Amino acid sequence: MGRITLSKVNKTFGATTVIPGIDLEIENGEFVVFVGPSGCGKSTLLRLIAGLEDTSSGKISIDGRDVTGEAPAKRGLAMVFQSYALYPHMSVYNNIAFPLKMAGTDKAVIDAKVRDAARILNLTNYLERRPGQLSGGQRQRVAIGRAIVRAPSAFLFDEPLSNLDAALRGTMRLEISELHQKLGTTMIYVTHDQVEAMTMADKIVVLQAGNIEQVGSPMDLYNRPANLFVAGFIGSPRMNLATGAAAERYGAHTVGIRPEHLKLSTAEGVWTGTVGVAEHLGSDTFLHVDVKDIGAMTVRAPGETALRHGDTVYLTPEESRLHRFDKSGLAVR
Amino acid sequence: MARAVSTRRKVVFTILAWSVALLLFFPILYTVITSVKTEGEAISGFSLIPSFTFENYVEVQTQRDYWRPFTNSVVLSLLSTFVALVIAVPAAWAMAFSPTPRTKDILMWMLSTKMMPAVAVLVPIYLLFRDWGLLDTRTGLTFMLTMINLPIVVWMLYTYFREIPGEILEAARMDGATLWGEIAYVLTPMAIPGIASTMLLNIILAWNESFWTIRLTTTNSAPLTAFIASFSSPQGLFWAKLSAASTLAIAPILIMGWFSQKQLVRGLTFGAVK
Ligand SMILES: Nc1ncnc2c1ncn2[C@@H]1O[C@H](COP(=O)(O)OP(=O)(O)OP(=O)(O)O)[C@@H](O)[C@H]1O
Ligand SMILES: [Mg+2]
Repeated sequence: MGRITLSKVNKTFGATTVIPGIDLEIENGEFVVFVGPSGCGKSTLLRLIAGLEDTSSGKISIDGRDVTGEAPAKRGLAMVFQSYALYPHMSVYNNIAFPLKMAGTDKAVIDAKVRDAARILNLTNYLERRPGQLSGGQRQRVAIGRAIVRAPSAFLFDEPLSNLDAALRGTMRLEISELHQKLGTTMIYVTHDQVEAMTMADKIVVLQAGNIEQVGSPMDLYNRPANLFVAGFIGSPRMNLATGAAAERYGAHTVGIRPEHLKLSTAEGVWTGTVGVAEHLGSDTFLHVDVKDIGAMTVRAPGETALRHGDTVYLTPEESRLHRFDKSGLAVR
Repeated sequence: MARAVSTRRKVVFTILAWSVALLLFFPILYTVITSVKTEGEAISGFSLIPSFTFENYVEVQTQRDYWRPFTNSVVLSLLSTFVALVIAVPAAWAMAFSPTPRTKDILMWMLSTKMMPAVAVLVPIYLLFRDWGLLDTRTGLTFMLTMINLPIVVWMLYTYFREIPGEILEAARMDGATLWGEIAYVLTPMAIPGIASTMLLNIILAWNESFWTIRLTTTNSAPLTAFIASFSSPQGLFWAKLSAASTLAIAPILIMGWFSQKQLVRGLTFGAVK
């Protein structure tokens, strides 16, 4: 079981408040992603849950048990660090076996569990190697293996893929998602990459300056961002925003429209603009259009578009997809 | 063209590097060469070709006892290194893993004591040693060698311990290691290469220390540095014998250094896994 509840969790380092007060409910078996810009407190929040940092005030409970003052090991959680934090002087086998050894598990049981984890993670052939003799992806799998053998009630990941190259990141992303489906264990995953958040999460928690901006499923956040921050953070390329007269026309202080929800025409439309840079991704083309009275907007066009730099185009937002925000940046529904 | 330049540069740098190395090594080489000359050859001006006589070595050993200073050197350098490590390991450990805002100041202050010329405290220390009956005792000299090398030992260990990433210790904590489990299974194995190279370096430093070892001893606890010095005074200068004595004094540490160079380098390059 792994149901984690945070109530009014607050963390200060000396005079600086990093997390003013967070309430959050994480259900058993959920894949929760903490996402937000650098320095917003994602790692701190994860480390508070892990017990590596002491909460300044508030309560953390796991499956209804108050663990606020408990040592990390007692909480029954496993953590995968960004730097992997493998023990460099131990073989892969001993790295994975370490938590079991510390728990005083029987040798035969340890062996069975380590081999099982190695099989799941494709590490069987590397068990005798030292971490220094492995690739980044393999090290990451060892770190995950070390977490799996403990059968924790939840896994905590702190930007586990950020040291890997783009291709490997894609594969490992898939592997972690598959692992989650196979094990069905609660996972909390920290990243500043909104693509990772969108693709992996059951539930995304968007953080900014230690506050929760919004909690919801990926599609929730994509379709119904609660405020301008979430609107700008989720989705790639970013949502286009317009203020002033263009927004007032739709009865809002600010309007937002995603690049994929703008109709592109060479004949007529609501907004007029000139094509600047065209980014060809193959499947799609993203046109950066300089729109009169609004400024730069990104528009998604088909992969094989004939539009070129300098062409005049007309844009029309799909009205049902238009996001309206009031003066304070909150969404108007 | 660019290639030619870089080749020429390589040649120049190689020659330069060899010249510097030779320049640094030359005094030792010349000492060894002089030690196998006759006294007549030794004072007759610069020459790289000796007559390969081993008379000096025989004389040096019959005139003076070599083994007592040798034993003293071994005992003093090992013992002072051991004591220094016993004090410095916990100290450096505490400074590396739970630093306070003052840690850096303390480290700087310790290092600053090494910037003071030793002569400045010669008189008070000599008097203290005299009053406490520590002159010419192994105990007194061990204490002295420990104290003068302690700042360097603490600094070196501190640097090594700092290299151990905190996340690994946190991982161990998450994995259920107790404080002792953490120290026994994670910290110590990772710290050993650093401790080993600190130990080797300190043995070398203690072995070579000559300011205090010569001034605070006469015969009983005099190590090899004092043994060399004793050939330079009483019956005028005998270059060849002096060189033979020096060669005998530095040989053990050179041999030790040669065999432990892998360990020394390993200690310096042992990094954590990223
Ligand atoms: N030990 C500490 N002492 C003081 N301030 C700290 C400490 N640890 C973190 N902070 C501050 O807390 C804030 C949040 O840090 P945190 O590491 O949680 O950010 P993050 O969201 O994980 O960022 P990133 O994406 O860069 O990893 C930062 O402003 C940081 O400077
Ligand atoms: Mg972080």
